[in-house]
Amino acid sequence: MPEKPDFFLPDPEGLTPSAEGYFGAFGGKFIPEALVAAVDEVAAEYEKAKADPAFAAELNELMANYTGRPSALTEVPRFAAEAGGARVFLKREDLNHTGSHKINNVLGQALLTRRMGKTRVIAETGAGQHGVATATACALFGLECTIYMGEVDTERQALNVARMRILGAEVVSVTSGSRTLKDAINEAFRDWVANVDRTHYLFGTVAGPHPFPALVRDFHRVIGVEARRQLLERTGRLPDAAVACVGGGSNAMGLFHAFLPDAGVRLVGCEPAGHGVETGEHAATLTAGDPGILHGSRSYVLQDEEGQITEPYSISAGLDYPGVGPEHAYLKDTGRAEYRAVTDDAAMQALRLLSRTEGIIPAIESAHALAGALELGRELGPEALLLVNLSGRGDKDMDTAARYFGLYDGEGADK
Amino acid sequence: MSGTIELLQEALAGAKAENRAALIAYLPAGFPTVDGGIEAVKAAFDGGADVVEVGLPHSDPVLDGPVIQTADDIALKNGVKIADVLRTVREAHAATGKPTLVMTYWNPVDRYGAERFAAELAAAGGAGCILPDLPVEESEGWRKAAEQHGLATVFVVAPSSRDERLAKITAAGSGFVYAASLMGVTGTRASVGEQAGELVRRTRATTDLPVCVGLGVSNAEQAAEVAAFADGVIVGSAFVQRILDAGGDEAAGLAAVRALAAELAEGVRKRV
Repeated sequence: MPEKPDFFLPDPEGLTPSAEGYFGAFGGKFIPEALVAAVDEVAAEYEKAKADPAFAAELNELMANYTGRPSALTEVPRFAAEAGGARVFLKREDLNHTGSHKINNVLGQALLTRRMGKTRVIAETGAGQHGVATATACALFGLECTIYMGEVDTERQALNVARMRILGAEVVSVTSGSRTLKDAINEAFRDWVANVDRTHYLFGTVAGPHPFPALVRDFHRVIGVEARRQLLERTGRLPDAAVACVGGGSNAMGLFHAFLPDAGVRLVGCEPAGHGVETGEHAATLTAGDPGILHGSRSYVLQDEEGQITEPYSISAGLDYPGVGPEHAYLKDTGRAEYRAVTDDAAMQALRLLSRTEGIIPAIESAHALAGALELGRELGPEALLLVNLSGRGDKDMDTAARYFGLYDGEGADK
Repeated sequence: MSGTIELLQEALAGAKAENRAALIAYLPAGFPTVDGGIEAVKAAFDGGADVVEVGLPHSDPVLDGPVIQTADDIALKNGVKIADVLRTVREAHAATGKPTLVMTYWNPVDRYGAERFAAELAAAGGAGCILPDLPVEESEGWRKAAEQHGLATVFVVAPSSRDERLAKITAAGSGFVYAASLMGVTGTRASVGEQAGELVRRTRATTDLPVCVGLGVSNAEQAAEVAAFADGVIVGSAFVQRILDAGGDEAAGLAAVRALAAELAEGVRKRV
């Protein structure tokens, strides 16, 4: 490891979006006029920060000594035995401070918030991981913090609600619409329009209006850059596939980006199929959606024939979203990345399998990637080398898992 | 058949000739029912509205406060379709001869097809469209379709809009300019922000289009206050709230809409 490692690794070239924020036909900036000045300010401040060595130095220091980067790369042979005998390595973003990859982006944007002179941060959260990371950074920097979370999610991720409150954040339970991530984002936008003077919207995924898709991706690029280097050191070769779960798509984009030039590496995003794509109860946006506009950019969305967004479903709060980042839409349409849908049941089985074979309890979100890796390993056979982003840890999901598997005393046997 | 942008221009010029502000009402289509919504638009005209914006309800109305969100939810749960919105425009316009616009978010129009939507709105006798989440930079395709079909494209400006952006936006818009009185979503407010007058002044410096002020206006007193410096006063949530307050009593709701329009119409003539 170099003495002063760089963890802030913005896209050096090439696939940065156009000046208008487009990745091919996707992206852009579909926002109300009231927010144009604020969004432009974020873009301008980010450009200045990228050129400022002091920004990189401070972020690198935080990522090393606060987050705990670099995160480990763990080979999981007992799990891999169920994956057709392929070799499987996990990028351990679950070991970051706060328990997921989300902290990478949050620390970067918290520094931007301070540079812009804003004193208040708002954010949306689904599983609560982005909310916890944001509340953490706000505690660290002394910023006022309000987190919007759908009512369905405050119930299924109650542990994270408590974490956010302990950290001093206000958690607002959103009761409109499907009462999940989409509605939390709607409510955060409403807050931002009204309080934009002193408030930064610390957007949590690679979606939203330009510059957020590129900015959030840049703060997460470290995942793929580290994993690529670690895997080469350990195995002497690149993986056959890099696998990650996709809701909005931030951890997947962070993993994929470093491998974009490596044509031999398949980039596989695992979307939530919920009860099965054919049932209509899913959140598999790239698999079953169409191009449309949601939350400020053009990408794939789940919608009806008249452009009304349809209510998504997934057992995983963090993936329960009817949109996806525009760069994923671009990678799908160009064929560079492929997306498959993983059901609730497959994800939950993978969660239990990793727990019992390797002593690692993954988040339900990340378990979708694990289930995808099990499928891929069986398809590719024992010579295959798979890299999976373990984007978060599963502590927050223990209530859901206990109910799913009947683990509480007095309940039925295992499924 | 061409849209009725001229009717909108005449209505606003007519108000100016009478040395008053125009009254622009907003009512969502399909709320409380499609037929009830049509009657509500007619009642607003009957009470004294010069122009009505018919809302095309959206699943994700990020610029709307709780009152219009509630109405949108009710309309969508009842299964309102774009065809119903167009019928609302057609019947309200046919019955009153007054200018009727559609206000909605960009995705429903984009998904339906900008050209198709513009053609059908024009055929229904519509005067134009307001798309508050379609920034001027992304609007060229829509504007071409609207212009070709005789429809106004009304852009929203906000207190945060810098002067150079105001010039760019007003150069692209037609019909009138929608000036948001404050930074926030739709809904009634105790007072209309002081920012509104300043924004109208800055906007006027860039354009000859009428500048109409919306967000937060709910009563005659506020309407008179805004009418003192603006070419039009836009009221939405207060109308929707009247219908919500009437519960299931459609006749009472319509009477309340008519009464509020009359009260506001008096306000825009006072110009305190």
